[in-house]
Amino acid sequence: MRIEVNGAMREVSGPSLADALAELGWAEARVATALNGAFVPKGARAETPLTEGDRLEVLAPMQGG
Amino acid sequence: MRDFYGVTLANPLMLGTAQYPSPAVLEAAFRQSGAAVATVSLRREGGQGQAFWEIIKGLGVHILPNTAGCHSAREAITTAQMARELFETDWIKLEVIGHADTLQPDPFGLLEATETLAADGFQVFPYTTEDQVLGARLLDAGARVLMPWGAPIGSGLGLNNRYGLRTLRAAFPEVPMVIDAGLGRPSHAADALEMGFDAVLLNSAVAQAGDPVAMARAFALAVQAGALARDADPMAPRDMAQPSTPVIGKAWL
Repeated sequence: MRIEVNGAMREVSGPSLADALAELGWAEARVATALNGAFVPKGARAETPLTEGDRLEVLAPMQGG
Repeated sequence: MRDFYGVTLANPLMLGTAQYPSPAVLEAAFRQSGAAVATVSLRREGGQGQAFWEIIKGLGVHILPNTAGCHSAREAITTAQMARELFETDWIKLEVIGHADTLQPDPFGLLEATETLAADGFQVFPYTTEDQVLGARLLDAGARVLMPWGAPIGSGLGLNNRYGLRTLRAAFPEVPMVIDAGLGRPSHAADALEMGFDAVLLNSAVAQAGDPVAMARAFALAVQAGALARDADPMAPRDMAQPSTPVIGKAWL
């Protein structure tokens, strides 16, 4: 299925958010996720199904003031 | 000294981690500043986030994630939830920006987000103005710290409204307060501490200086001087001169 990952369309097979993250190379990364604007805790990723057109944000620690 | 959600800071300085010429300068600036808190943000993972996390952990200071760039309560709340998981802290520097030019807080969105996040167990550091009524509402909503701006973010103008800040400080004597944003020089930071604020938070003033490491040291000394001066109970200013040398005993010439 095609979903939007950090603003870019990507092809993932899913079916869960955890599966997609692993597919995208972020299985072990220190990241936080939001699906369609709502926070998805790490522990809930495996039970969070993805559907075509979902909007996924994958955020990491970054410089800030 | 007032504490921040139970945490007493070794030094009344919080330092941002953005805009440094290199990670090495960032680390050296932190060491020289003696900052007790580092502010950080969350952005889309583009490959640098993991290395940055290692640098931040290595600083050995408290981490205060921000919600910089959020323009609505909803956005800020989601960002805060992500920050809590990512940085493993309940602290959140809550920014809900109301205007792109001034980066001034949106008081209504800020209040809404503070209420939701405080109820959800967050320890909120709201980036606010010197408005006393807004300060009272934020405290009612569950904030235990206030972070009034000195001047617009990144402007380096210092304490733009000393009267308003003094009034805010006096209105809530028990509340820990941080001057956040707008400081440009160490004298601004010393001034804030002398006025009774508990800490200052700055980033650009150090990172954008020609020599960030030396400027970090200058801010370290300034906040120390300001805090010492505040505790030493500064004399009251007066309009007329008063001789400091004794008048009695002066020779009749």
